[in-house]
Amino acid sequence: MPSSALQLAPDERARTVEQLQARISAMQATGLGVRTLPTRPELAPLLPGGALKAGAAYAVPDSLTLAMLLMAGPSAAGGWCAVVGVPDFGIEAAAGFGVDLDRLVLVPQPGEHWLAVAAQVADVLPIVLLRPPARATAGDTARLASRLRQRGSTLLVLGPWAQAEATLEVRTTAWTGIGTGSGYLAGRDVTVTVTARDIRSEHPVRIRDDRWRIEQAAARLEAV
Amino acid sequence: MSAERAIVAWCPDWPIRAGAAEAGVDPDEPIAVIEAGVVAACSASARAAGVRRGLRIREAQSRCATLVVLPANPAADARRFEPVLTALESGIPTVQVVRPGVVVIRAQGPARFFGGEPEAAETVLGLLAGAGVPEARVGIADGPFAAEQAARSTTPATRARLVAPGGSASFLAPLPVALTGMPELAAVLTKLGIRTLGDFAALPADQVRDRFGPAGEAAHRVAAGLDPRRVVPRIAPKDRTATVEFEPPLDRVDQIAFALKRTAERFLDALAADLLVCTGLTVEIGTEDGGLRRRTWLHPRSFTTLDVIDRVRWQLSGIGVEALEAAVSVVRLAPESIDEAANHEQGLWGGGPDERIHHALSRVQSMLGHEAVLTATVGGGRLVADRRVLAPWGERGAPQRDPDRPWPGRLPGFGPSSVLGDRPDVAVLDPAGATVVVDERGMPSGPPAGFVPPDSGRRRAVTAWAGPWPVDERWWDPVAARSVHRLQVVDDDGSAWLLCYEAGRWWAEARYD
Repeated sequence: MPSSALQLAPDERARTVEQLQARISAMQATGLGVRTLPTRPELAPLLPGGALKAGAAYAVPDSLTLAMLLMAGPSAAGGWCAVVGVPDFGIEAAAGFGVDLDRLVLVPQPGEHWLAVAAQVADVLPIVLLRPPARATAGDTARLASRLRQRGSTLLVLGPWAQAEATLEVRTTAWTGIGTGSGYLAGRDVTVTVTARDIRSEHPVRIRDDRWRIEQAAARLEAV
Repeated sequence: MSAERAIVAWCPDWPIRAGAAEAGVDPDEPIAVIEAGVVAACSASARAAGVRRGLRIREAQSRCATLVVLPANPAADARRFEPVLTALESGIPTVQVVRPGVVVIRAQGPARFFGGEPEAAETVLGLLAGAGVPEARVGIADGPFAAEQAARSTTPATRARLVAPGGSASFLAPLPVALTGMPELAAVLTKLGIRTLGDFAALPADQVRDRFGPAGEAAHRVAAGLDPRRVVPRIAPKDRTATVEFEPPLDRVDQIAFALKRTAERFLDALAADLLVCTGLTVEIGTEDGGLRRRTWLHPRSFTTLDVIDRVRWQLSGIGVEALEAAVSVVRLAPESIDEAANHEQGLWGGGPDERIHHALSRVQSMLGHEAVLTATVGGGRLVADRRVLAPWGERGAPQRDPDRPWPGRLPGFGPSSVLGDRPDVAVLDPAGATVVVDERGMPSGPPAGFVPPDSGRRRAVTAWAGPWPVDERWWDPVAARSVHRLQVVDDDGSAWLLCYEAGRWWAEARYD
C-alpha cells in the first residue's frame, strides 16, 4: 500500500492521506472525557488525537529539542513542568521554544530514586520530562502509568517506554545556515517518525531560528 | 499641615566621647575624629586651639600640635550610645534615634505626663545626667529640625531652650542656609544672595519646587518651620534566637533531629505568638572540637517545624553523612527574616495549587537533599554554560550578570538543547588525521574533517562546520581570565555539536539534539 500510495496523482494522494488520518483518529478514539493539554498547533498533526493527552506517556527517545517543543504548549498555558534526570537540559533553548522558566523545576540527579521522584512530582505537576538512568521494568512502568492516569499528568520519556501513547523519533536531520567554515547553525529540517499503536507516520518538520518559529511542512503518511 | 511638637536631646561631641572612650584617651584633651581625610568632629579644647570641622588633618595638626587624631567609628558610637538610650527609655518610652548622640521624642505625651514642656525637658536632662552625660542639651519646638537647632543654640549655663508653638519660623529665620544639610542647595542659595533660612522660606514654594525639585521643596518647608516629619519611636528588637545544647554531645543525625523538635516548636511558637512567621533561617551548628558551621536558609513560604529540622539535617549532612566527624554540642536557630503571619495565611478552603507543588518538591528535597531540586534562570555571559543559572528550590536565584546586555561574541541562532556541564573531551581531526590546533590569530591548522564524540570512540566525518569564534574574556583578571575558541560541527550522523578549544584541548560545550 505505501508504494501504491506514492504512485498516485497528487490530489488522489492527498485524499488517501485524509482517509488514513480519519482511520487513525477512529482507531485511537479513546473513551469519553479524555482531557487534553494545550499543545503547540504546529505539533498537533504529530500526536494521536491532535494534542497531548493528560495521564498518558510519550516516548521521545533521541531529541531533547522535540521534548522541549512538546513541553512548550502546556507550559505557556500556565502548567508547571518538571525535568527529572536530565542534568544537561539547556535552559536558554527551552525558554526560546516557549517553556516558561518560572514554572520549571529540575531534578538533575535523582540517582536510584528516579522512579519515586517521577511519581512524586507527577502527583502535582502536569508535565514531567524523564530520562530513566536504567531500563524500567514492566512493573515499574505499569505502576507509574496508573499513577499518571490517576493524577492526569503527562509523562515525556527520553528513552524507550513500554506503555507509550506514541513514540516520536527524529530520523533525519538537515542543517541550514552552516557551510564548511562559514555561517552558523540557523535552522534544521527533521523528519519525525511517530509510532502510535502499530501505525507509523512520518512528518517533516522545519525549525528556524528566526524568533524561534517552527513551521509545519506537508505531512506524509505511511501505514505499516 | 503644621509640625508636631518635638523634644530633641543632644549630647554634644558624641563621636569625641565615644572615640576617646574606645581609645582610652581623656575626652578633655584636644581630639579630632577624622572621616574621609577631614575633621568630622573635634573636642572643646581642640576648638579652642582653632581646629574646625572640615579642616584637612595636616592643617588641624598645624593649628594644634598636641591634637589626638582618631578614625571615625560609627559602630562604636552607636554601641556606646546604647546604655544612654536604655536609661532614657526607662523614663520616656517613645524615643527615636536620629544618629548616635541625637534623639527626638514626641513632646505631647511627656509634656502632659510631667505637667508641661519645661518639666519634660528637666526630666530628659535628669535622665541623661543619670546615664553619665551631664552636659546634654534639650530643645523643644515645632518639628524635629527646629527642636534640634533650639538644642544647639543653648549654652552650658542654660541647657534647655523652648521655642513657643508657632514660633519656629521666626526662630529659624536668622540661621544660615547651610543648616539645611544640602551643601549644593546651600551653595546655590548663597550665590543668589539668600543667606538665611528666613530668606529661603520667603521664596515662593512653587518656584523652589521648579528650580530645586522635591528635595528642595522639602528643605523649603523645613526652613519655613513646617517640618512634615513625624517622630517614629524605635521598638527594641526582641531576641528570638533559640539554642539547644547537647550534654553529652550527640554524633548521630537522627538523634539531633529528634532532640531538636521541641526547640524548633518553641522557636516558631514564640514568633507565632507575635503574629509573625519565619521566612529566612540562620542555623549555627557548634561541634565538640570548637568548629562552628553557619548557614542561612530561605523558604519560599514560611518555615514549619519539619522544615526547620530538615534544614538542620541537610546542614549536618554537609558535615559528614550518617556518623558525623565531630559530635555536635550546640545548635542555634536565629530568624534571618520574618514577616507578618497575615501575609502567609491559608485560604478558607486550604492552599492553592502552589502549596501542593511546594509540599511535593519539599518531599523530594528531604529525599535527595536541598540542592537536588533546582529552578533555573537565564543569566548573562558568552558561553552557553555561563548563561544557565541554577538555584535550589526555595532560594532566590538572581543572576549576577544581566542576560539582556548585548554580550558581543555570543553565538547567534539556536540555543543548544543539551548543555554539557562536565566538559567531556573530544577530538577534532583534519583530513590527514592530525588534531586541529587553533593558533593565536584564531586560525585552525586545517579544516575539521573528522570528529570523535565524547561517549563513543568511533570517529565520525564532519559534513559541515563553522568557526572558530574566539572569546577572550576578563584578560585583566588572572583568576577569571579565559581564552576559548568555539566551533560548530555537524557530523555524518546528523548531530550538531558546539565544541570549545582552550589551551590545546578540545571539549564539547553543548549538543543540538
